[in-house]
Amino acid sequence: MSTDAPAEPKTEIGEINKYNFRTETTGVFKAKKGVNREVVNQISDIKNEPDWMREFRLRSLDIFESKPTPKWGGAIDIDFQDIFYYLKPTDHQGKTWDDVPQEIKDTFDKLGIPEAEKKFLAGVKAQFESEVVYGSLEEDLAKKGVIFTDTDTAVREHPELLREYFGKIIPPEDNKFAALNSAVWSGGSFIYIPKGVSIDFPLQAYFRINAESMGQFERTLILVDEGANVHYVEGCTAPMYSTESLHSAVVEVVVKRNARCRYTTIQNWANNIYNLVTKRAYAYGDATMEWVDGNLGSKLTMKYPAVHMMEPGARGEILSIAFSSAGQHQDAGAKLVHEAPNTTGQIISKSISKNGGRSSYRGLVSVHPGAHNSKNNVVCDALILDAESRSDTYPYIEVSEQDVQIGHEASVSRIGEEQMFYLLSRGLTEQEASTMIVNGFIEPLVKELPMEYAIEMNRLIQLQMEGSVG
Amino acid sequence: MTHVLKIEDLHVSVGDKPILRGVNLTLNHGETHALMGPNGSGKSTLGLAIMGHPGYEVTSGSITLDGKDVLEMAPDERARAGIFMAFQRPMAIPGVKMADFLRHATTNVRRPDRKEGEELIPMREFRKELREKMEHLRMDSEFARRYVNDGFSGGEMKRAEILQLAMLQPKFAVLDETDSGLDADAVRLASESIADIGHQKMGLLIITHHDKLLEHNPPDFTHVMLGGRLVETGGKELAEELHQHGYDRIRKAYPDAEALNQKLLAEDAEEALA
Repeated sequence: MSTDAPAEPKTEIGEINKYNFRTETTGVFKAKKGVNREVVNQISDIKNEPDWMREFRLRSLDIFESKPTPKWGGAIDIDFQDIFYYLKPTDHQGKTWDDVPQEIKDTFDKLGIPEAEKKFLAGVKAQFESEVVYGSLEEDLAKKGVIFTDTDTAVREHPELLREYFGKIIPPEDNKFAALNSAVWSGGSFIYIPKGVSIDFPLQAYFRINAESMGQFERTLILVDEGANVHYVEGCTAPMYSTESLHSAVVEVVVKRNARCRYTTIQNWANNIYNLVTKRAYAYGDATMEWVDGNLGSKLTMKYPAVHMMEPGARGEILSIAFSSAGQHQDAGAKLVHEAPNTTGQIISKSISKNGGRSSYRGLVSVHPGAHNSKNNVVCDALILDAESRSDTYPYIEVSEQDVQIGHEASVSRIGEEQMFYLLSRGLTEQEASTMIVNGFIEPLVKELPMEYAIEMNRLIQLQMEGSVG
Repeated sequence: MTHVLKIEDLHVSVGDKPILRGVNLTLNHGETHALMGPNGSGKSTLGLAIMGHPGYEVTSGSITLDGKDVLEMAPDERARAGIFMAFQRPMAIPGVKMADFLRHATTNVRRPDRKEGEELIPMREFRKELREKMEHLRMDSEFARRYVNDGFSGGEMKRAEILQLAMLQPKFAVLDETDSGLDADAVRLASESIADIGHQKMGLLIITHHDKLLEHNPPDFTHVMLGGRLVETGGKELAEELHQHGYDRIRKAYPDAEALNQKLLAEDAEEALA
């Protein structure tokens, strides 16, 4: 190749991301770029928050400012003063679909959400930018005492629950990004499931980022009372922009005795987004907490959903899928902390890297003193599609008891020539064959997803795989 | 028009090692050919070269299908042109259900011009056909929901290959030891199934050490391969003879080919040890 030939523009990344569009928004309010006491106070003013929340935000800001940016994980190059921390697109929250502004509907149209919308049950929450703009809660849920609302509303309407749990599972001191979220958070879901109530359909949320250089800092708190059962699902796609964008959520979950919670996420971020999320659950006696976590896209994802098993018999399960392509680094994994005897934990992680993408599994298994007779099993499998791509495993294991069972299996594989030839010999093209192998690889996790998410996941994989053979 | 698969003076190497040294074979649609020969003689190599395995390099000679150059085609194009191979050791594709795999393959083979992403055969129609074919082959319907060759027994793998043969309905099929690892009953069932699906309806090239698979598929021609060449061709009585008496007569009659065969076997053994 001659050196004076103009470089071929690299368009592939953009083409892969089907959701590469934006809709003009007429935000009613747009805070100044950057974060400081003035901005945090302004957010608290607009939300008309009680003093305790304002103080919590300001204290969190101090912690954020005092903590250095982590050096481990992935390369973080963010100018925190060049980001919008709050944006409110509409004055009030839409109660019905008719109340949702047309431009927001247009964006949903492009995402194909109205079709999903029809199928969605009344528990849908859709978040547009920082605020929940549309949501309705099925009446019988309300009758059962279930609370499903955005977290801003919850601060006003359920102060007793919020004051008891908000920021208690993940305090702002936990890490720099949890502190940032605590200072500027907006939106997210608050869910309370009363004792013994079982919700037999998944509660769902759809949200997305849609403002240039805008950070999204939603805050979710889920409380599952004794013997209750809930499956919460969030999925999101984001339009793509040229400037860096930051998404830094905090999700706190409390699963009381004999209760069960499953939290399913599929995230397909645009390739310029930092996705730095802290998720943690406390599971009490004989309770079960499951995180199902799918990560596609983004520039850098750092996300390690955690379950702390606080009392005997608690179970924690984490299933995670990561798919990284050109310019993407998925540093994803899981943490299981056994704080009590007879607790059981399992991590299954699957990662796929292609076109120079990098996937890392980073996991912690910790058995605290006294957590005897605990069991933990970790399986992490990586599939690397080409020589440019990379996969790493960073398992951390800390065990303070003797009578525990700890298992760890890791595998790294490449699509074998023989597997490929076998599928080609049956008439499949290379593209179809490699997509089929990748879908097969993640099938054990996809089959755990609700139907429409499983279909969506396969479709996203197909989009990611387009142009991967050549 | 009768379809013809024609192999002329085919030389094939694996790495730098020549395996086939000038194979000539004409397979007419509707004919059954048995391909026999001792281990290491190059039988599977011929099959894999016909199917287009990237590790098997054709150094000279030609393969044509109705006059079209098969060597110019990628393996998937060969499949869509009507060529099939039942593998001795089919690959497992974990997480991919037999039914999904077969629906994709069947669609592509039946609609050779289909572009990626275009619709597959409608689910209902496909399921009905698959169910009928499986019943016909006396296969448990549960099979369709299992992952392709994943954790299959030897027998199940061979059944799965026969099911694919039934669904894809190729013009020409190479069956590479579709009887190996099967007990007597299973071989009889395989033999019946192949006869039912392919005998006189396709051009069949059956690679086998035994005559049981040929019981219901009497070959029109039997070829003996030794040292990468077809050294003898006869009728079905040749297959019977080889099955009963082995290859001693052949080895003595073609000492040069036998020497090559021994050399290749010895090299394979060395590689296996290295």
